[in-house]
Amino acid sequence: MREELITSGRMNANIDPYLEIWHWHIPLYLFLGGLAAGILFFASLYVILGRESDYSGAVRRAPIIVPFLLVIGLGALFLDLRHKLYFWQLYTTIKLESPMSWGAWTLMAITPISIIWVAIHIQEFFPKWQWKNVILVEMNDFFTKNKLSLAWITVILSVILGIYTGILFSAFNARPLWNTSILGPLFLASGLSAGAAVIILFAQSKKERQIFAKIDLMLIGIELFLIIHMFMGFRASTQVQIEAADLFLGGPYTAPFWIFVVVLGMLVPAVLEIMELRHKKIPVFLPVALVLFGSLMLRFIIAYAGQFSRWLY
Amino acid sequence: MRYAMAIDTKKCVGCSDCVVACQTENDVPIGYCRDWIVERTDGTYPQLEIEIRSERCNHCDNSPCVRCCPTGASHYIEGGIVKVTPHKCIGCGACIASCPYDARYSHPDGYVDKCTFCDHLIALGEGPACVAVCPTKCMYFGDLDDPNSDVSNVLKKRKYKSLIPEAGTKPQVFYLI
Repeated sequence: MREELITSGRMNANIDPYLEIWHWHIPLYLFLGGLAAGILFFASLYVILGRESDYSGAVRRAPIIVPFLLVIGLGALFLDLRHKLYFWQLYTTIKLESPMSWGAWTLMAITPISIIWVAIHIQEFFPKWQWKNVILVEMNDFFTKNKLSLAWITVILSVILGIYTGILFSAFNARPLWNTSILGPLFLASGLSAGAAVIILFAQSKKERQIFAKIDLMLIGIELFLIIHMFMGFRASTQVQIEAADLFLGGPYTAPFWIFVVVLGMLVPAVLEIMELRHKKIPVFLPVALVLFGSLMLRFIIAYAGQFSRWLY
Repeated sequence: MRYAMAIDTKKCVGCSDCVVACQTENDVPIGYCRDWIVERTDGTYPQLEIEIRSERCNHCDNSPCVRCCPTGASHYIEGGIVKVTPHKCIGCGACIASCPYDARYSHPDGYVDKCTFCDHLIALGEGPACVAVCPTKCMYFGDLDDPNSDVSNVLKKRKYKSLIPEAGTKPQVFYLI
């Protein structure tokens, strides 16, 4: 038997009895950021591939929600800070070893870019829109002319946005559940899957809807592969990782994770999308809502379970 | 200069004087502590063994808390001591999540706080409050780079360990076993 107890009565707020420093703000932002990254990725990808007219839903319509997602996400992050008046310190330096610093600067770059992307496509929703101010007209012309360069910048930034949150978590070697390099790609795949699902709602043609259903199916397959290998990796690792994995394999997070994230968030929408591709009538919002729900729950569960996992005592 | 601490687990009685001295010296808010006592019991009755440790921030050489800080609020000062600059801290909590020793806490004023090896006392030529107040004199503090310091001498003579070395943090608080 081994027993280790703190006998001097430590009860630091948010640290004891187990770490609870991050609450709903962080998983909500992770979801919104991942979704925004997914939508912008496909929007810019199809401009680069020269298929803008075939995939006008992805390129011109779906990105309209991205600025709102990013602003709400940034608002949630701001509310989480405990020293809010000093938030601007984030932008006085760049720390290459801190994924949070990368994230702050990536968001600083991608939020205005998403607004520009919506602005140059605003006629899609408001056909009679005319920019009145001469500076705005010039900016609209400049970005429309250089759309390919804008798309390249956007595609790179969107990948960073989608993956850095997983890298941020995985850089915390103190939290055994997070300390796996699979988490970055898993969050990216989940974000791209959520983006592809939302694009289905904005799709302009049956072909576009089918292509994005297939893309979503492929991404769900990749997510399942990554999840299985993540747990295999934990079970084959050190005692702290085995205990972290056990939280999901019989422990308190087993039911929420496998039911909400895997079954409802991945398997059921995959089955519905396969049925839709086989021409069965499925209401379009149903697999989309389930994929978004699964993506949100993945982040909530990983954020909370990761804080619960520990090296000590 | 590399400051480090050595604590003799054979002499520590778990009186918690170090906990209270630190709270008094550093104006730690009520309900928080920068150091604490851990009791480890091994074995099956009647073959029981106990180890008592006074734990705190380990001022690691490869500290994850300095690495993950997005503003540079968490930084090293002379001697390898890890400190937090309150006006640069945004209270994001990354350093708190990154410490495997749970050594940091969120001060009610918003910034992140932790043991500082009493660097304000070191500047005056004294040592940390916890070391000064220990009734069994089981704590040693000094410069590892000075071969004649208390810490260097005691680490030469005794077997020692550090906490969770496999986390790769290179902690600088050693426990004499």
